[in-house]
Amino acid sequence: MKRLFLFIPVMLAITLGVVMYAGIGKDPMHLESALIGKPVPAFELAQLENPDVMLRKDIFNGQVSLLNVWGTWCPACRDEHPDLVWLAEEKGVPIVGLNYKDNRDQALQWLQSLGDPYTVNLFDPSGSLGFDLGVYGAPETYVVDAEGIVRYRHVGVVNEKVWYETLEPLIRKYSREG
Amino acid sequence: MFPEFGQFSLILSLLLAILLATVPLAGSLAGRASLQAFARPLAAGQFVFVAIAFGVLTYAFMVDDFSVAYVANNSNSLLPWYFKFSAVWGAHEGSLLLWMLILAGWTLAVAIFSRRLPAVMTSQVLSVMGMVSVGFLLFLLMTSNPFDRILPNVPTNGADLNPLLQDFGLIVHPPMLYMGYVGFSVAFAFAIAALINGRLDAAWARWSRPWTTVAWAFLSVGIALGSWWAYYELGWGGWWFWDPVENASLLPWLAGTALMHSLAVTEKRGVFKSWTVLLAILTFSLSLLGAFLVRSGVLTSVHAFASDPTRGQFLLALLAITIVSSLTLYAFRAPVVHSRIRYGSASREIFLLLNNVLLMAAMLLVLVGTLYPLILDYLDMGRLSIGEPFYNLTFSPVAIAVGLLLGAGIFSRWKKTDGGWLARKLLWPAAVSLIVAVLVPLWMGKFEPWAFAGCFSAAWIVSATARDLLDKSASRQGRWHGLRRQSRSYYGMVLGHLGLALTMAGATVVSNYGVERDVRMSPGDTVSIENIDFAFVQIGERQGANFRAETAQVDISRDGRKIATLYPEKRQYTVQRSVMTEAGIDAGLARDLFVALGEQVGDNAWAMRIQYKPLIRWIWLGSLFMAAGGILAIADRRYRIREKVPVKPAALPDREPDAGRAVPEAMS
Repeated sequence: MKRLFLFIPVMLAITLGVVMYAGIGKDPMHLESALIGKPVPAFELAQLENPDVMLRKDIFNGQVSLLNVWGTWCPACRDEHPDLVWLAEEKGVPIVGLNYKDNRDQALQWLQSLGDPYTVNLFDPSGSLGFDLGVYGAPETYVVDAEGIVRYRHVGVVNEKVWYETLEPLIRKYSREG
Repeated sequence: MFPEFGQFSLILSLLLAILLATVPLAGSLAGRASLQAFARPLAAGQFVFVAIAFGVLTYAFMVDDFSVAYVANNSNSLLPWYFKFSAVWGAHEGSLLLWMLILAGWTLAVAIFSRRLPAVMTSQVLSVMGMVSVGFLLFLLMTSNPFDRILPNVPTNGADLNPLLQDFGLIVHPPMLYMGYVGFSVAFAFAIAALINGRLDAAWARWSRPWTTVAWAFLSVGIALGSWWAYYELGWGGWWFWDPVENASLLPWLAGTALMHSLAVTEKRGVFKSWTVLLAILTFSLSLLGAFLVRSGVLTSVHAFASDPTRGQFLLALLAITIVSSLTLYAFRAPVVHSRIRYGSASREIFLLLNNVLLMAAMLLVLVGTLYPLILDYLDMGRLSIGEPFYNLTFSPVAIAVGLLLGAGIFSRWKKTDGGWLARKLLWPAAVSLIVAVLVPLWMGKFEPWAFAGCFSAAWIVSATARDLLDKSASRQGRWHGLRRQSRSYYGMVLGHLGLALTMAGATVVSNYGVERDVRMSPGDTVSIENIDFAFVQIGERQGANFRAETAQVDISRDGRKIATLYPEKRQYTVQRSVMTEAGIDAGLARDLFVALGEQVGDNAWAMRIQYKPLIRWIWLGSLFMAAGGILAIADRRYRIREKVPVKPAALPDREPDAGRAVPEAMS
């Protein structure tokens, strides 16, 4: 009987192996979101700059915007930041920030020194909206259309290439439809 | 020299490896000494041909042979010679060749230093290592041939080495890391051999110990080098990112640390045999898993290795064959009988068992955190995310608990320890640690619960170790005599534990009291952090060998007294057209001052990242201590005496003589 317990490690290893086999060849940057084509989950979060202002999902209504998940703890977000500033300033893209599992003071200081590309920033210290969105980690960027419906999810850093090849065509497409 | 010679000698070494994997093993099972005698020459031959292949590739880099695709992709005629050399392992194919060279090197080392082992054991260990070699050589030849040519249109110049890798840290980091990863294959081979011939005894544990310790020491240095490199080269000033690739190196380290301690129990007391052998398999499996995660591209990472599904599948198959076959062998052969050896509830056995439990818990946390995205993806439930906050919340308490347990465990005795006696021993260390843990926040000017706990734990390790050293070195002939009487392996343990305390103290203080400021500065501006003034004096340009750089001059002073002048740079590498940040760092044992030059944000203004990093050097210093402790431990007399007194191959010593004790508990 006891010997059967010794088979536990090999069973665990095989299970893990099956999972890893499924992961091969999938581009980890292309994670499908269950939310594509569905509305942004309902939320009520304070504005980063002003804790007294509560924001709801109606902030997405009226224009196609990007929802960018970021945090000061995330080195890749720092890489991405200049490109977001460039998007906001040169291309006039409305970007809603989701400050994810972060510290308010540090986040504000970051925006002050590196520039603020966001039209508005949601403060989500517990990660509740991040959870509902299915965020794996920062940075992630979602395309949300004028009705507040999630159209696309990009995992990883947004840069010029991602903008021209993926995000800009999408934004143009959904702006035309709306 | 034709690159094809390299490929040819790789094929020859594959043939030798196949022979090594089969002939000595068959000989040992059939009891034919003549077949077993092939093991050593085959191991030597395999090493020679892998070394030739490595030499040929190195030569191709040195003479800029851009007809070799790998050279063309990773080198450039403008590259300084030392980076041409390190570019050999700058990408996938070459680093695999390095991996293979090191594996063959370890196999050769076992062949050389195993003369006093029974021939059956030696031939089986070398055969198992031969099997591992066969797997990696096949992988190298079938999916990742570094000698592939671009003919007839040979490029006139190469695409250059990734600028991130053009750095001293990267010359030494991969070899050290691989020495560790691959070194665990020796402990693995010993475990498999012991399972095959059913000799899981104290002798097996004693033979495995030095090999495990050396591999662990190399891995400690390798991880620290990686962390140090990330700190000064990636430009963010962080020293650990919980990136999948970093985690992949931490996993075998944690398992290897547990293995070292568990081997000690098995050697001294003959218990935990099944657990120890499982750990040996697990440690090497985690090394292989690390290789798979890094090379297959199933996870996103800051380490941009090209991902290729064929390679991933091949590696996974290799991983599966190794792990499944060894664990199946384990399931059939591991002893299940309860040993009749008893030990009390506060005995050293129990403390080391708890150490293993905690280290395994830490390892599982990191493993789960690393594989989470993969598992969720498989289950189609893209929910919940994991990042630095997860690790900070879960890993730190375990690390602190390891430290607390360690301090108490040092005093414990085999078989049984008196609880009241132990408590009295711990009184002083507890008082000292409490004082330190209170003083540090006072000195830093801010109380943080985590800082308190971390400092307490680190101080606890140091004060308990010091107390134990004082106790043990008490001698009628004076302190000096008492200190000299302690064995090297005891000092090795002391050094290793102090190293852990240093790393812990450094990590705690820098995470809680480090200051980071991102500021916009123009020449002439001054920013003040912790009473230190950072003055941006001027910015200019300079031309490097293969890059152009914008260099800022930042003068640092305190109360008007100048401390240092830093020159942070932004480098534009000409061939790859990529921009790199080269931070300016004023390093010191007490603190680092770190200035990184960012983007130009205005007409005459730049983003600057200024950081004050107290005790950050301690993190890496600690790992050097740990490695030095490991090296000291294997230099112990009991390993050397044996070489001079040849043991007859058949005479397996069942228990070890009293002269060699890792932890001389009888001395106090």
